[in-house]
Amino acid sequence: MTMPGMSEAEVTHAQQAPTDVEPERPSAPPPRRAAPHGERQHVRVSGLSDETVGDIHCDNPFMVARNVNVHYGENHAIQDVSLDIGKEQVIALIGPSGCGKSTFLRCLNRMNDSIESARVTGSISLDGQDIYSRDLDPVALRARVGMVFQKPNPFPKSIYDNVAYGPRIHGLAADRAELDDIVHTSLERAGLLQEVKDRLDEPGTGLSGGQQQRLCIARTIAVNPEVILMDEPCSALDPIATARIEDLMDELSRDYAIVIVTHSMQQAARVSRRVAYFHLGRLVEVDDTDRIFTNPQHKLTEDYITGRIG
Amino acid sequence: MQNTTLILLLAGMAAAAFYLGRSRSLALVGGVSNSAMLHSLPGYYGYFTAVWCLLPALAVMLVWVLAEPRVVIALVVDGLAESQKNLSAGELNLLVNNIRNLAAGDAVSGSVDASLQAAADRYNALVGVSRWMLAGLVLGIATLGALSAWRRIRPDLRARNRVERVIEYLLIAASSIAILTTIGIVLSVLFEALRFFQKVPFTEFLFGLNWSPQTAIRADQVGSSGSFGAVPLFAGTLLITVIAMCVAVPVGLMTAIYLAEYSSNRVRAIAKPLLEILAGIPTVVYGFFAALTVAPWVRRTGEALGIEVASESALAAGLVMGIMIIPLVSSLSDDAIHAVPSSMRDGALGLGSTRSETMTRVILPAALPGIVGGILLAVSRAIGETMIVVMAAGLAANLTANPFEAVTTVTVQIVTLLVGDQEFDSAKTLAAFALGLVLFVMTLCLNVVGLSVVRKYREQYE
Repeated sequence: MTMPGMSEAEVTHAQQAPTDVEPERPSAPPPRRAAPHGERQHVRVSGLSDETVGDIHCDNPFMVARNVNVHYGENHAIQDVSLDIGKEQVIALIGPSGCGKSTFLRCLNRMNDSIESARVTGSISLDGQDIYSRDLDPVALRARVGMVFQKPNPFPKSIYDNVAYGPRIHGLAADRAELDDIVHTSLERAGLLQEVKDRLDEPGTGLSGGQQQRLCIARTIAVNPEVILMDEPCSALDPIATARIEDLMDELSRDYAIVIVTHSMQQAARVSRRVAYFHLGRLVEVDDTDRIFTNPQHKLTEDYITGRIG
Repeated sequence: MQNTTLILLLAGMAAAAFYLGRSRSLALVGGVSNSAMLHSLPGYYGYFTAVWCLLPALAVMLVWVLAEPRVVIALVVDGLAESQKNLSAGELNLLVNNIRNLAAGDAVSGSVDASLQAAADRYNALVGVSRWMLAGLVLGIATLGALSAWRRIRPDLRARNRVERVIEYLLIAASSIAILTTIGIVLSVLFEALRFFQKVPFTEFLFGLNWSPQTAIRADQVGSSGSFGAVPLFAGTLLITVIAMCVAVPVGLMTAIYLAEYSSNRVRAIAKPLLEILAGIPTVVYGFFAALTVAPWVRRTGEALGIEVASESALAAGLVMGIMIIPLVSSLSDDAIHAVPSSMRDGALGLGSTRSETMTRVILPAALPGIVGGILLAVSRAIGETMIVVMAAGLAANLTANPFEAVTTVTVQIVTLLVGDQEFDSAKTLAAFALGLVLFVMTLCLNVVGLSVVRKYREQYE
């Protein structure tokens, strides 16, 4: 899946470049000599650098990633990515399939640990603490950096037990009443309480897709994390459910740092304050959402948001 | 003409028919370049012709070969002298056998007289004629079939659909073989069991507490009244099965959990095939392992601890059977654990669960129906297992729950009842079929329950 996506994007770009440069030769045969422009060389030939353009810094950084590289065996999936993630804001990671945005997201709570061949270098810190240091327990980290997945994945348990799962394993509630309270608050904040309050003991898998995703969000915030990672949380949902989740993100961003991976540029424009554009494992451009969508600095970013890539 | 020659000839004709049908279809549209005008690919017209050449001819041949012996014998008997025709059925059968043996040049019981020789000659002549008639008929039908199919070839003939329908029937026939065989086995066991229940009341068999299947051969024989209470056998089976499951379930389940969740890919790549080898060891090998190694060991250990252990104990048989079943339990549990979507695992890990919390609180509950289904299948395997218990569990039909005593199982008794020379009208022999029937019903129920649990569980995640 990854490779065809990449090369397609490259080819599109390589073919378009010459016509941009020489517009006054409309009937000229398609330039065969586009070949040396092809593949990765092209970026350099066009005078575009590998450096990230825009501003990777933000005012109040909560998570700081510097020179992060990820290898899956031989495959260099992420190359030298540096990025700040600020508190109380939403940052969207966009880019064509296979560009490494989900991989980067999974670095932030060390979910890549479960993949045997994955190797992460560089540094990522959470609130000043290196999350890849030996002293840090990934289990404790994941309680602080929650994650919502692409496909709603409620456990095959009741709605109540789904939300109560995290507080129970972390011992967040002293007694049943406190647990009830956490479950209700979490469901309420996820905007699901009204719909399910009379059937908390029914299985979570019986809900609709959008409800399931909100249940997963409720389950995540029940652990009281500081950062929420969302990996294409709306890609399996219809527009109405998507709108509800987006409203929810807006609300949640007042308390949490939210990182969202999305394929929908409209969604990125609607929910995020900053946008990071990934391409072939590199972080190409980071900037405020308005700037990225109105005035992208990098050619690749422009091509992507205008629909020429991906 | 021999039947094999005939079949080879038919195969040759079918090949020719294939070629002719294919080339006719191409000729009709004017060559390969126009083959798009044909409804089907040219090869299908070839198969169509070949099928018409082969199938009717084979059907006729089958009927003929089945009917031939009866017809020939009837004709030979018809030609016998009046006195011989009026013999009793048994004697006539003997005479016919003699004629057949004489015709084939085998040994004949009694003396060969002229009439017998004449009948044998007649038999040989009739068989010869029959063979030639068959050959002519079959080859004629094959030719006619191929010809009629060949003439019917048109560009718009739906050859592919017809050939595919023939293939479909072939597949149906193949799949019904297993089903029909099962039905046949069930019926044969059922009828023999019914004969047994005419001699021994059903309730006595099912609820009797005493198993001693020796019946008197002579009326004045002493001490062999025969009693057919099957409860000790089922109790023994149950005892050994329980011991086996006590070994297999924990060990198998823990193996599966380790392999599915904790082991590195390298360990898994080595351990899984090894487990499968364990599953591939013939049960008879487990049997003498149980009888020669485990049973004496159990006995010695028991003696050291001051427990009286029989030299053939339920414990030894159960332990070895449990080891035999470990791969079954572990591989079915492994499948069930693997079938839990990895999104569940990610979801639990993403909430900050440890691996063991993920396993015990999310994965195992989700996989539980599949695991239970697998265990039920393992139980039915344990109940039906024979060789280990034959060698290690003994023959004494004790009604006991003490694992250190010798017990016997249903399968062991079936084996002992049917080994050696048997008369098929005594209750002793027929008891084996009654036991087999009950065993069959039991394992069938377990399998049905087990498979339906497994299936229900599969649907949940697909």
